[in-house]
Amino acid sequence: MNNNLTRRFVLGSAAAALAAPMPALALTDASAKALVNKVVDEINGVIASSRGLNAMIAEFERIFTRYADVNIIAQSTLGADARSLSSGQMRAYTDAFRGYVARKYGKRFNEFVGGRIEIKDVREVKSWHEVRSTVYLRGESPFEVRFLVSDRSGKDLFFDMVIEGISLRLSERTEIGSMLDRRNGNIDGLIADLKTSG
Amino acid sequence: MLPVSQYSISSAPWRSRPALALATALLLAACGTPDPALTRSEPFDPYEAENRKMHEFNRSVDRAIVRPAGVGYTKAIPDDVETLVSNFATNLSLPSAIVNSALQGNGRAMSTDLYRFIVNTTIGLGGLFDTATDLNMPPKSDADFGQTLYVWGVHEGPLVELPFLGAATTRDSVGKLVDLFTNPLSYAVESPEQFYGTAASVSSSLSTRGQFSDTIDSILYESADSYAATRSIYLQNRRFKVSGGGSEGFADPYDTGSPALSDPYEDPYEQ
Repeated sequence: MNNNLTRRFVLGSAAAALAAPMPALALTDASAKALVNKVVDEINGVIASSRGLNAMIAEFERIFTRYADVNIIAQSTLGADARSLSSGQMRAYTDAFRGYVARKYGKRFNEFVGGRIEIKDVREVKSWHEVRSTVYLRGESPFEVRFLVSDRSGKDLFFDMVIEGISLRLSERTEIGSMLDRRNGNIDGLIADLKTSG
Repeated sequence: MLPVSQYSISSAPWRSRPALALATALLLAACGTPDPALTRSEPFDPYEAENRKMHEFNRSVDRAIVRPAGVGYTKAIPDDVETLVSNFATNLSLPSAIVNSALQGNGRAMSTDLYRFIVNTTIGLGGLFDTATDLNMPPKSDADFGQTLYVWGVHEGPLVELPFLGAATTRDSVGKLVDLFTNPLSYAVESPEQFYGTAASVSSSLSTRGQFSDTIDSILYESADSYAATRSIYLQNRRFKVSGGGSEGFADPYDTGSPALSDPYEDPYEQ
């Protein structure tokens, strides 16, 4: 009896010691889902409000800045070229990239009017969590969007959006690569182009 | 950004014996060796110069014909009617998907599509209404012969830019060709009625071109390199579809044997 109690106590406190710091340290299915829930709620709000184009772009930029890891997305769209940038160039590139993405994808929101996004499930993949959602658009078969969420930046943020297998990050990597080719690899030229693109 | 692959007119009503012979030859050629398309990070595109010329041709066809027709169609036809036509076309594509699921030995996809087809054809008034989706039935499989070839272990092969249809891997070009023959409806239905299905499918493609006009325009006409952009989007979307939707589907570990390629999304924090 006494033995049992002691064992239970030891096991219990060991479990408590393990469990207590968990929420602060690790990204869980629940916290990944909570993040995407907020993103989806905000996006659904923007779709439902059906405001003007510029307002939608501004809203998208706000959502993107708040819930996505723009730094890592921007950096990975440069691929190996990212290593050659000075920190000042990297900052300028990231800012230009943020505006470019907001304009390019914010514009698309008017096609979503009358539609909605629903979260389906979440699972762990390698070092991140993948939250699956379904997009319902008027007159179209529903399609899938996955949000890849990581906490390796120090915060829970998503670092990619994958629509029917098409990754925003990988597609922009192709596009940025083409833009960089057009400038013969000149980063400052690319940054100038990005400011007016999208 | 949207499922671009839907924008393709895939039911050209032609068939010929040489085409089938070519398909068989390509199939045989594609088997046996490791898939070179999946062992490198760059797209496997040895005919890029020719493909780029065909891409320019396709762009000019889009600009002159498909885009104006699609935009005009979407403007002229009420949204609800567009939805009916697109539902009708989708429903008629199910029997072909059922045949392909059978060829893949995928009983679950087969029965999913079969139930959808039965429900939409009866309660959905001949497929005009997507009652199955309203009833929360599982989504359709979209199985096609390109996917069947993937399941059978055929490699992707080099990219080919097909006239009017756009980018495709060799495997999926053969798949598109064979799918002209896998639709049981084309054998069961007499020829004047067959035309309705083809017409609905063409209309539905135009409708997609019209409805997502801005998105498709942004890829075709606003990208720094529209060929590279469509190629990347096509490959990502196609690999996702043939592998049945898992995010592991971008690369084919069966072919490459490389665990590094089994998940397409390398962790960007590790660079």
